[in-house]
Amino acid sequence: MSRTVIPFGPQHPVLPEPIHLDLVVEDEKVIEARPSIGFVHRGLEKLVEKKDYVEFVYVAERICGICSFIHGQTYCQAIESIMDVQVPPRALYLRTVWGELSRIHSHLLWLGLMADAMGFESLFMHSWRVREKILNIVEATTGGRVIFSSCKIGGVRRDIEAEAITGILKELNAIEQDMRDVCKVFLDDSSAKARLCGVGVLSKKDAYDLGCVGPMLRASGVSQDMRRLGYAAFMDIPVEPVTRSEGDCYARCAVRCEELMQSVRIIRTALTQIPAGEIAVKVTGNPNGETIARTEQPRGEVVYHIKANATKNLQRFRVRTPTFANLPAMLSILPGCELADVPIIVLTIDPCISCTER
Amino acid sequence: MSQEPNIKVILADQLRDEVRAMRKQGQRLVQMSATRLPDEVELTYSFDLNDHLTNFRLVLPGEDTVLPSISEIYGCAILYENEIHDLFDVRVDGLTVDFKGNLYNTAVKFPFGSTKAPCANPEPAAATNP
Repeated sequence: MSRTVIPFGPQHPVLPEPIHLDLVVEDEKVIEARPSIGFVHRGLEKLVEKKDYVEFVYVAERICGICSFIHGQTYCQAIESIMDVQVPPRALYLRTVWGELSRIHSHLLWLGLMADAMGFESLFMHSWRVREKILNIVEATTGGRVIFSSCKIGGVRRDIEAEAITGILKELNAIEQDMRDVCKVFLDDSSAKARLCGVGVLSKKDAYDLGCVGPMLRASGVSQDMRRLGYAAFMDIPVEPVTRSEGDCYARCAVRCEELMQSVRIIRTALTQIPAGEIAVKVTGNPNGETIARTEQPRGEVVYHIKANATKNLQRFRVRTPTFANLPAMLSILPGCELADVPIIVLTIDPCISCTER
Repeated sequence: MSQEPNIKVILADQLRDEVRAMRKQGQRLVQMSATRLPDEVELTYSFDLNDHLTNFRLVLPGEDTVLPSISEIYGCAILYENEIHDLFDVRVDGLTVDFKGNLYNTAVKFPFGSTKAPCANPEPAAATNP
């Protein structure tokens, strides 16, 4: 049978960001996928030569437009580790709350995009309607909706007053119910199941060997979550990774749905147990040393390698984002799939290309 | 939590054996990172097993740098190694999938390449009429 090469992307209705795949197909079956990235490389790692280490928090936050807060948090944690800064407990709890709000809004954004890719427009709108409520909480507590700018080296810039905490807890009850309703459709609706079940299967061994992270890895049965390292308030609030064993698109969707509820529980616990006190300590001097910091973003483990030489500019700033780690696995599950399933499979890794290329 | 990196310094000809040993232990390749120093390029390899990080450090000369590929051992290393080539001007020997410098579209070729000034042209350019 003759082979045809079909270009997929870099501009494609299911792709919020540009990635290109040359799909080699026989009839409707994908035989091979050849990737091209590099359309949105911004040179952010190089920018460390121009911006000093304090200013660079703002750059780190702009690596990604969705998990921006956790990028800023990871950067701050890395610098604090090098400079041996003790962050006040209240600030650690606030970071946890904003980090989990980021996870919820990222997962709801993904659920909306997935519904849209399946042609389920009303489900897409419901997902983003609920996400809007999360963004309202973020806006009320930080002043921003996507770029929070509330994390700084030594703590956080803003506090959440007791009255606001009561309001957020009340609002979370309603949001949790809304999310349950949306997730029920994703997990129980026959048309959604028909598009997701048994599609893009990634075995546990392949997921691990190919270096997968986040929901992509957990959906294949590997229990891994960087929150178990105990950063921020996770020292006091233990997290059990959400796993599934099927390894297909449905499992990846189910993991994200369950993680929504898990994040609500974490926020509720953090806001209930938040200690009183300062929200930041003053940091002086320049960092001197090296560290590798890891946190759990909505898409999985992010790794920051930072090297400083006692000057105001860092010697090296390197980020390995979750999508970068998940791309090899995505390419491994495309061969053998139907052409019509390619958008669904690509979406289930929750690709963030701006993050990946930095 | 940020971790003080526990780094083992190795030589280039030990790299593949050390990485093979990591693979045998079931370690996950977490990241590869390069740092441009004044006269050298420093490579850091991070591996994870049960949330514990192990790092290798390889220091290579800053000019005409050749790095042995580990993509035969860890297939997912192809992206890291192509990235290191495109940004740091490091030639990777034995890459299983070579993007030939086309992984990233950068405004400046090898933005983290050698900072040394290129050799002066021994023959001055011919004078041109104004």
